[in-house]
Amino acid sequence: MNLILHVWRQKSASGKGAMERYDARDVSADMSFLEMLDVVNEKLIAEGREPIAFEHDCREGICGSCGFMINGIAHGPQPGTTVCQLHMRHFKDGDELYLEPWRARAFPVIKDLIVDRSAFDRIIMSGGYITARTGSGPDGNTLPVPKEDADRAMDAAACIGCGACVAACPNASAALFTGAKISHLGLLPQGQAERSRRALRMVAQYNLELFGSCTNIGECEAVCPKEIRLDVIARMNRDYLRAIGDVG
Amino acid sequence: MKLVNPANKRKYNVIVVGSGLAGGSAAASLGELGYNVKCFCFQDSPRRAHSIAAQGGINAAKNYQNDGDSVYRLFYDTVKGGDFRAREYNVYRLAQISVNIIDQCVAQGVPFAREYGGLLANRSFGGAQVSRTFYARGQTGQQLLLGAYQALEAQVDAGRVTMIPRTEMLDLVVINGKARGIITRNLVTGKIESHVADAVILATGGYGNVFYLSTNAKGSNCTAIWRAYKRGAAFANPCFTQIHPTCIPVSGDYQSKLTLMSESLRNDGRIWVPKQAGDKRTPSQIPENERDYYLERRYPSFGNLVPRDVASRAAKAVCDEGRGVGETGLGVYLDFAESIGRLGRQVIEERYGNLFEMYERITGESPYRTPMRIYPAIHYTMGGLWVDYQLMSTIPGLFVLGEANFSDHGANRLGASALMQGLSDGYFVIPYTLGNYLGSEKLEKVDAARPEFHQATAEVENRVKRLLSIKGKRTVASFHRELGKIVWDRCGMSRNADGLRTAIGQIHALREQYWSNLNVPGSCADLNQQLESAGRVADFFELAELMCIDALDRNESCGGHFREEFQTEDGEALRDDEHYQYAAAWEYKGPDAPPHLHREPLEFDYVHPAQRSYK
Repeated sequence: MNLILHVWRQKSASGKGAMERYDARDVSADMSFLEMLDVVNEKLIAEGREPIAFEHDCREGICGSCGFMINGIAHGPQPGTTVCQLHMRHFKDGDELYLEPWRARAFPVIKDLIVDRSAFDRIIMSGGYITARTGSGPDGNTLPVPKEDADRAMDAAACIGCGACVAACPNASAALFTGAKISHLGLLPQGQAERSRRALRMVAQYNLELFGSCTNIGECEAVCPKEIRLDVIARMNRDYLRAIGDVG
Repeated sequence: MKLVNPANKRKYNVIVVGSGLAGGSAAASLGELGYNVKCFCFQDSPRRAHSIAAQGGINAAKNYQNDGDSVYRLFYDTVKGGDFRAREYNVYRLAQISVNIIDQCVAQGVPFAREYGGLLANRSFGGAQVSRTFYARGQTGQQLLLGAYQALEAQVDAGRVTMIPRTEMLDLVVINGKARGIITRNLVTGKIESHVADAVILATGGYGNVFYLSTNAKGSNCTAIWRAYKRGAAFANPCFTQIHPTCIPVSGDYQSKLTLMSESLRNDGRIWVPKQAGDKRTPSQIPENERDYYLERRYPSFGNLVPRDVASRAAKAVCDEGRGVGETGLGVYLDFAESIGRLGRQVIEERYGNLFEMYERITGESPYRTPMRIYPAIHYTMGGLWVDYQLMSTIPGLFVLGEANFSDHGANRLGASALMQGLSDGYFVIPYTLGNYLGSEKLEKVDAARPEFHQATAEVENRVKRLLSIKGKRTVASFHRELGKIVWDRCGMSRNADGLRTAIGQIHALREQYWSNLNVPGSCADLNQQLESAGRVADFFELAELMCIDALDRNESCGGHFREEFQTEDGEALRDDEHYQYAAAWEYKGPDAPPHLHREPLEFDYVHPAQRSYK
């Protein structure tokens, strides 16, 4: 199949960007979306032009490196799928696709489709952990965790930190990301000691990073490649309000 | 073991390169101890390291299942599984530490699978007859890495660790024989920088991408360990590479990587091919009596659960006979029909749902309805920089952890052992051995003004300039693909002396073309992914040659190294313990001289070498 691509090109963080048009020819249905871009890039290089910069690494949908907007949808049209796992069989000959980087004030563009997501690291840094100095843990079976809790913690822990939730949100809110970590750790007995501190500090950092507020729109859940559910946001709000109460 | 006084730890600067299970856990643990740690990764965040992609699980000799497991049994299985080419005492330590790792990870909040009673669940994994594998759905690597990453970020917040992402190590600086720093390139600004330290820890993973198509992440590379090799660190057993039996087969020339399907699938899937060569019927049209469940037939006691090297070679053998399936003929079926019939679809969905979805996403076929097609692919490299029991390389002050070293898996790694080794090295070995080194050395004061730093910086800059100035016709990827094919064909699942000699010639010729006809667009002063890749592929060329030299030296078959000249009558690997019971440590002797081989003899006091049998 042949496709027409319109891609956001921006030389550097301070540069002015613009959409540019490219033809993707003889695309096989079995290619992944990124392999299709690889082929386009090989051709650009051969023509002496600069290839399109996009972030990627594992190409198995787990590292969270990749991601951009395809026709306005974060990670493209296939639910529960990162762009590296999106295959061209979901497109048809003649399709015209618009590729843009994640758009959010907290995620400045570095080059083309690559953005700076270090705000996510700083949110984790502020409290997204259980303090357990190496070597200090008791035997793993000392503390039973009901299977249901462990499963729900795992559902939340599946977040890959790709940033699609922020990109899809009209408010550029990082509530799904932050709520997922607060839920993962807060659902486990090991996470109780720091539960209040965690909620207070992570929410404070979230606000510092200039993410917008959550207004329960649900776009984040719709595009999340790991299908993290909105209830993690409710849990975050509850932990936060409870923590404010604790502090008095 | 010497100790460093707690008040003195903050006076030591330690560099950790890599932020995966080994590097992330090391940086976090050393930060907790009070060292000044700088941790580097090439990705945008330490959470992206390729450990994240490990699916199946992590072994530990907890014996929670009461099925006869013990530290000794895990030790025994690992030495035997490595085909008697690993050091006994390293492996024993690994088995001992395995239990502490689980405790540590549970305490951090890793959401391991649980039984209904709330206790930890286990499953059995390729090559083991006990259930000692802990797992978090099919995302165990992700969850363990996030545990280490969170501990690391906590130390960043505490000011003990400085995290430097989007930065690549391009050289090691050795002063008076000791590792004292590294040269890096900032991948966003292109700036080349010097970093001084009292010790350098490399945890940069394996070199499977030398094959171009592999299950490794696209960015995984050998540059850090290769630069260290060229500065004097010995490289051990480079030819020991692991081919994983259950990957999705190649579908076309554009293919950029291969995807692994967790080996845990072999617990419930049955592997087969048609009995008749060239049988092009769909799997459902082939009746039971015309199918060959070749692993169950050849290895009745282990069946579909034989170790990876054995399963991979068996798949290659049936495909070589023309009985492979799929369009390319390079594939075998992994069939769940019998399990779905016995256990019900729901149970299979609970166990493997995410893997089945992933398979369907890539191939467009549902494994609930039709058997998966799988084929072996390169997955892990047992070889790596040589280290002693303290995980120190032949350069004092340079430590190597995780897949980047050669230490624990011999010639073949068992399933669910990589995560164990990475975390063992990072959480529980380096915190002690680093202290021992720093506590017993009198280190001179150095700074980045030393001529050694200037010289290494100039060399790095020249190399970058040279890559950009070739202005030839071919792209990095086209060379990489061609190199990978040579290595896969001649130094892959099976090797022979003629093929290896041919490969060395081909690699030389292609490398000359690389340096005269490469086209790297852009400049070195900003984000340039082609330039990053060009430097890495240049190193893969040199490493590929060393792999072939090593494979040629080892006139025996063992583990993942199968030399066609050395096999038993029924096609099993034939070791030669009298002549080759050693770790081969190669020392760099300059660009125009062959590397020098040092043999470290291996002694087996507890597990006596025997022909591995899984029949």
